Amino acid sequence: MFDWDWAFTLEILPRLLEATLNTLIAAGAGYVIAVFLGLAFALAQRTPFRALTLGVREAVEFIRSTPLVLQIFFVFFVGPQFGVTLSPWTAGMIAIGLHYSAYLSEVYRGGIESVPKGQWEAAAALSLSTRDTYFRIIIPQALPPSLAGMGNYLVGIFKDTPMLSVIGVAELMHTANAIGSENYRYLEPYTMVGIIFLCISLPAAAMVRSFEAWVRRKLGLS
Amino acid sequence: MSYTEFLAEHGPRLLDGTLVTAAQFFLATALAIAVALVMGLMKLSDNWLLKGVSVVYIEIFRGTSLLVQLYWIFFVLPLFGVTLEKFTAGFVAVGMNLGAYGAELVRGGILAVPKGQWEAAYSLSMSPARRMWRIILPQALLNMLPAWGNLLIELLKGTALVALISVADLMFEARQVNSATYLSAQTFGTALIIYYVFSRFLITPFMRWLELVMRRKMGRA
Repeated sequence: MFDWDWAFTLEILPRLLEATLNTLIAAGAGYVIAVFLGLAFALAQRTPFRALTLGVREAVEFIRSTPLVLQIFFVFFVGPQFGVTLSPWTAGMIAIGLHYSAYLSEVYRGGIESVPKGQWEAAAALSLSTRDTYFRIIIPQALPPSLAGMGNYLVGIFKDTPMLSVIGVAELMHTANAIGSENYRYLEPYTMVGIIFLCISLPAAAMVRSFEAWVRRKLGLS
Repeated sequence: MSYTEFLAEHGPRLLDGTLVTAAQFFLATALAIAVALVMGLMKLSDNWLLKGVSVVYIEIFRGTSLLVQLYWIFFVLPLFGVTLEKFTAGFVAVGMNLGAYGAELVRGGILAVPKGQWEAAYSLSMSPARRMWRIILPQALLNMLPAWGNLLIELLKGTALVALISVADLMFEARQVNSATYLSAQTFGTALIIYYVFSRFLITPFMRWLELVMRRKMGRA
């Protein structure tokens, strides 16, 4: 390829790989928040309090239908207006975790709805408490069918981390921008970012698929 | 400053941005549909070259981030002699990215059409092109319309990224207003609500309506 500078590529590679680690940490931390907050959102939509159910339902819709990059700005800039200053990392993790928790809550909702009605009735017949019904009967059965969706969103959150660069989180994209503007060369950094993303997300997506197939086999679904 | 005063002063700018966002949305949607159709059909082709090209395209665009693709198209492509104006680069990146996701929907939609439909068209000795266009695609379209509703919302959200290459869309104007006023809650809050209204009260009802119309047309209401 013309104009491609291999020496420059090798020179910037360590910096990009270091930033990749930050990207993975950001994706991981955001995902942990999303997994738990998503569960809270899903369960909140099943309470008998209609106002809470409808409120959470609407909030999930709202988060899902507005751009993540705008939400990142919102979280980062609105705090200081009211005297709460968040670091880029904190704001970024809150925004991305919140965004994906809305998606994950839908995955869980699907999983919970796939549990046969008889299981609920059996739990009621054994007069299990609501807590026991959920944590011992329903969620263990709702989890396996949710795993594929959860895996897809793990890959999804990884691919959305470049948006954190807009508030200055030093992940991969931010580092590539910095390298580009320091050296006036964008070809190598941006192309390498693309290649690094492919190198991680393609195997990850393949792993999610085979894991899904494995779970389905285990459950005797296919 | 009250919220009404804020809207009176900065509302027009946000509205201008909304129009640019709408333009980006429609252009990117048109491109995404075209890309999805071509790549989806190519992936179903028996020709290994066509199939290979579509697989590579889909994996590259789905395997990397939209933001990476946008920067690449805007900053790197000029080095190869293809210079796109920022407005064009914006919707091209969004359209090509979402088109890759759409291609999988097209493929899935076509595969879900019952085999008997292919056989029936064959026994009426329709040409392959005519069979695809008249028999298979309309049914495939009905199969995949609900998923396209979600995809178009993702596409709308994707257009917010074009602000990062300085296309003056809603996101961009919101940032401008924010840095001029520091009224972040009002500015970004208003922008969020506009995006929400766009997807929840325009895109979703339109797709529902389209599905209903298609269903009626095909006698499946």
